[in-house]
Amino acid sequence: MWKTILRRLLIMIPEVILLSVLVFLLAKAMPGDPFTGSINPKADPAQIKHLMEINGLNDPWYQQYWNWVVHLFHGNLGNSYQYQEPVTRLIEGRAGNTLWLAFFTMILTYAFALPLGVYAGRHEGKLPDTIIRFYTYVTFCIPVFVILVLGIWIFGYVLGWFPTTGSVSSDAQTWAQTVGSRFYHILLPSLLGALFGTVNIVQYLRSEVIDAKHSDYVRTARSKGVPSKDIYRHHIFRNSLLPIAAFAGYSITGLLNGSIFTETVFSYPGMGLLFVNSISYRDYTVITALVLIYGILNLVGTLLSDIILSIVDPRVRIE
Amino acid sequence: METESNFLNIKDVSTAFKIDGQFYDAISHINLQVQHDEILAIVGESGCGKSTLATTIMGLHDPAETKISGEIDFEGTDLLKLDDDGYNEFRGAKIGMIFQDPLSALNPLKRIEDQISEVMDYHTQMTKAEKHKRTLELLDEVGIVNPQRTAHQFPHELSGGMRQRVVIAIAIACKPDLIIADEPTTALDVTIQAQILDVLRAIQKENHAGIILITHDLGVVAETADRVAVMYAGQIVEQGTAEQVFNSPEHPYTRSLLRSMPQRDNEGDDLYVIKGNVPSLQKMPSTGDRFAPRIPWVPESAHEADPVMHEIAPGHEVRCTCYKTFQFPDEQKGSVTV
Repeated sequence: MWKTILRRLLIMIPEVILLSVLVFLLAKAMPGDPFTGSINPKADPAQIKHLMEINGLNDPWYQQYWNWVVHLFHGNLGNSYQYQEPVTRLIEGRAGNTLWLAFFTMILTYAFALPLGVYAGRHEGKLPDTIIRFYTYVTFCIPVFVILVLGIWIFGYVLGWFPTTGSVSSDAQTWAQTVGSRFYHILLPSLLGALFGTVNIVQYLRSEVIDAKHSDYVRTARSKGVPSKDIYRHHIFRNSLLPIAAFAGYSITGLLNGSIFTETVFSYPGMGLLFVNSISYRDYTVITALVLIYGILNLVGTLLSDIILSIVDPRVRIE
Repeated sequence: METESNFLNIKDVSTAFKIDGQFYDAISHINLQVQHDEILAIVGESGCGKSTLATTIMGLHDPAETKISGEIDFEGTDLLKLDDDGYNEFRGAKIGMIFQDPLSALNPLKRIEDQISEVMDYHTQMTKAEKHKRTLELLDEVGIVNPQRTAHQFPHELSGGMRQRVVIAIAIACKPDLIIADEPTTALDVTIQAQILDVLRAIQKENHAGIILITHDLGVVAETADRVAVMYAGQIVEQGTAEQVFNSPEHPYTRSLLRSMPQRDNEGDDLYVIKGNVPSLQKMPSTGDRFAPRIPWVPESAHEADPVMHEIAPGHEVRCTCYKTFQFPDEQKGSVTV
């Protein structure tokens, strides 16, 4: 198993290098130059040219890329045009919020999806299954932002159960109050995110359970005289959870991407909201940094998926 | 054939499947007996109901989708009257089953040892150590060279032949009186087939089990079976000892089957082909000889209106009277010219 994981880690190195090259070239291809907005617009073009020269902006792209990578390793991602502060500090303050939200959404998603999927698959064709399937189809058809806006309107505005913006209340004084307030703010966006996220998993799990139910190895187990409830426990559940477990790592990346919607609608100060704002302000350094981070997180997500799969499925292990 | 030693007595069993809300017989009015120490082969082409018969005996059908009638008397208990829990007392313990496709019959996520000892979990009071010991014995018994190693492996690490040996080990773990082998060698290559059959025979000798061997491979039947039942379209059309059925086949279907088999004396000739197909469940005729459409040259009058089994020698039974006059078309030609 360690061999599999090690091999998988090694594969990630070229992936990250390729990603960084792409991100760098994309940033280079964007219009404008680094001095726009930060120096006097009436400055002499010759002076700008000189500044470009001494900052290495006329060097060939690979040299510029190399400089960029060196800076990257020193934790220097440049300054934000919009906020006039280092990008690293900007992201530092928001990454925690986003990860919290994603983590919570994921827990709630699986807490809903696993029982629903297993139940629907086990009682295939019966009334509860029909209701669960109806729920998944309906949710699947509604765009995520509609669900979010509706959710805010019903639970935040009409019923007034939850706060609708921010990540923490300004009244919170003590440590306990802060944690409580954060949790309170995170609950509605993660519940709504989970409502949406369950759909795929429920459908997937349901069909896995149904497949397993009719599989030959379950027939073998029945011919051994294993009672039905034990067949579910020992044979069907584990086998049908396998692809779901493998999917978990990858779903982290989906959650991070989904956070762009959630954070925007909830004005939740995370990386997603920062990303959307930076795009509308053409804040290139921030965009570049965030694309790189999201890209790496995606790679980590797939890495996690592969590692989980190698743990739960003996067939993919390299002995 | 109603002797004391028949521990399995299948009486008038029919199994019907629900298709579009209606029930259609997949096997109808099957009567069979199995004794200790014998191998009963059930032969027939695909779709004739062989496997349905096996799964009916094992009680593996979904009661909502099937209708089963008749009686399966197993050592004094009518299996068809049992509920699922009651059936579980027999499945694995007194009846073992070997499946056709060893590649999918094992749970891919469980070690071989766990899959074998699972049977013992439900039918014995053995301790963990005893079960481990018994698992290794079983693996050795079915001819696995390194039981220690195999016990710790996963199914995907084994070859098809080894997996089939494991499936057999599962079936015989609790020394069942009846072993149902549903095409145990179909998915394996010829050299492995012979080995697997040897294993089955050896086990039978030791446990005095009765084996129902389901196959469409007449070579396998000739090699292993004591008695043979030939099935066509859900019915048994001929049954008898292996010698009776192979040396003096009577029913047109049995004769056609044997004729379509390559043999030393018909080398160079074209193989005989039975025209047409087994009718589908929905199109199964309810009366008349079901094989009649595939031997169209036989006049209607030769068949019985509702064919029944006729005992033509002790233990040798044939369905329908048409066997008395049945000839293949080329034989008829021969008889005209002579």
